[in-house]
Amino acid sequence: MIFARDLVKRFGDFTAVNGIDVEVAPGEAFGFLGPNGAGKSSTMRMISCVSAPTSGELRILGMDPVRDGTRIRARLGVCPQLDHLDPDLTVRENLTTYARYFGLSRAEGRRRADELLDFVQLRDRAGSMVEPLSGGMKRRLTIARAMINEPDIVLLDEPTTGLDPQARHLLWERLFRLKQRGTTLVLTTHYMDEAEQLCDRLVVMDGGKIVAEGSPRSLIETYSTAEVVELRFPDGLDLNADYAAKMSGIGERVDPLPDRVLLYADDGDAALTEVHRRGLTPSSVLVRRSTLEDVFLHLTGRTLVD
Amino acid sequence: MAAGTVHPSIAVLERNLTLYRRLWRASVFSSFVLPVLFVISIGIGVGGYVGSVKGVDYLSWIVPGVVASTAFQMALGESTYAVLGDFKWSRAFHAMRATPVQPRDILAGHLLYLLFRVTIAVLTFLLVVLFFGALRSPWAVTVPLACALLTVATAAPVCAFAASIDSDSHFALLFRFVMIPASLFSGVFFPIEQLPVLIRPVAYVSPLWHAVELCRSATLGTAPPWPVAAHVGCLLLWAVAGTLLAVRRFRRRLED
Ligand SMILES: Nc1ncnc2c1ncn2[C@@H]1O[C@H](COP(=O)(O)OP(=O)(O)OP(=O)(O)O)[C@@H](O)[C@H]1O
Ligand SMILES: [Mg+2]
Repeated sequence: MIFARDLVKRFGDFTAVNGIDVEVAPGEAFGFLGPNGAGKSSTMRMISCVSAPTSGELRILGMDPVRDGTRIRARLGVCPQLDHLDPDLTVRENLTTYARYFGLSRAEGRRRADELLDFVQLRDRAGSMVEPLSGGMKRRLTIARAMINEPDIVLLDEPTTGLDPQARHLLWERLFRLKQRGTTLVLTTHYMDEAEQLCDRLVVMDGGKIVAEGSPRSLIETYSTAEVVELRFPDGLDLNADYAAKMSGIGERVDPLPDRVLLYADDGDAALTEVHRRGLTPSSVLVRRSTLEDVFLHLTGRTLVD
Repeated sequence: MAAGTVHPSIAVLERNLTLYRRLWRASVFSSFVLPVLFVISIGIGVGGYVGSVKGVDYLSWIVPGVVASTAFQMALGESTYAVLGDFKWSRAFHAMRATPVQPRDILAGHLLYLLFRVTIAVLTFLLVVLFFGALRSPWAVTVPLACALLTVATAAPVCAFAASIDSDSHFALLFRFVMIPASLFSGVFFPIEQLPVLIRPVAYVSPLWHAVELCRSATLGTAPPWPVAAHVGCLLLWAVAGTLLAVRRFRRRLED
């Protein structure tokens, strides 16, 4: 569906995307994970055929985005990072108008609009203007609009950023259904849990480059341990590095952060017992499963959401 | 899939008309009632003092000027904030760009929308002044055509301008240094022979002047100052150059 080799995007002398290779198979849910400025949106805009690659090879649905942009766009559904709904149209008109851009007949546009309003649970707001909608509703409407042409690939740039947990879960559930119908999903996120919930496969991006690739599980297995112990010390802050030194040898790895020490071990409880045996007395302790956040921390030395 | 049942530029036109359905009441005053009030007060009131221009009563002389100037102001005004806004604030043009709609379709849809609005305003206006006896020749039926050409000749370059700027404060310059001089010095209210020779070229480059002369020759049944083909040619030049420039600007603006 999507094939990119050594893809580069430059803005002036600034390189936003610095030679990435990506391949997405039909029906797959693929994720770009990375911190602010990693180049996720720049990559997504190239894939949506609205921004031309500076160099490298890019093929979408077997076609060249520069030459066949219009034909490719006809088969994509794009949900950009910033919503650009038509603020002076109603919820329903936003969908019917968009259907016409894809050359659909009015009747077909109305039929699909109603179907999609049900799908994203906005039927009761059909006649309302866009402006008073909540952030989550706007996002759902944007996703509905991206699906009006029954696209082969849906591109979602940070679909749930800025939403409350309830709105996020509703969106995830809708996206999950979309995936079950066999639609190829490509999304960007800087939420670990989102990537773990939705993505079959993902790449971790940092500074315009891909630093790791795999399924969420395989990434965790490769770059982290099964469990992580988070330790906080009452006089932490400056001393975390010292505490970490005292724990060396326990588990696989010890990582001092400004506010806590992370101890990577396949058996968290056993590691914790060893910490106590060495006479260390953390003020709080949390043993948890390893997440993509830990993978990211390990790969880049930085936390993901700042 | 039922693809290809509508041309993308028509889809854009429909979107603009859907928006207009919400606003048309507000625009009736400025695009129709205002020019009519204008004709009554200036044409009949001022005309009572002025008497006649070049042997024609002032009302009949000024009507074609006001028609063309209404089209001019509408084409210009509707291509400023509305266009910049769809690039910058609502980003509606970016939304269109993510579909098979291309920059040239977006421009075409906007121009078609203006043609629709201007033609309705011009026809209603002509109908009203017909009852004042201000149309003296059957050639008056060509007035909507001249106004349509003027609309594209004006709106296209203004769209190119709106697509090139980042702040709406630039529009103040456009109104002050383009719209007002063009409205005053294009033979709408008085023949341009009254202008000092140095200022007359302002009229020659202004698309409004060419359209005013075409409209006036049509409603009065007289020959325009330049050959018809020359006036039409100047308008076409503006329209074509403006359209080419605007398509390029739209494309660049939507690239990012
Ligand atoms: N049109 C542009 N002109 C200049 N620089 C740009 C442009 N678009 C993006 N950039 C730069 O490219 C870099 C990558 O931006 P991009 O939006 O792709 O990051 P991102 O991974 O989507 O980040 P975020 O999580 O904040 O959305 C940033 O440093 C940004 O400033
Ligand atoms: Mg982004």
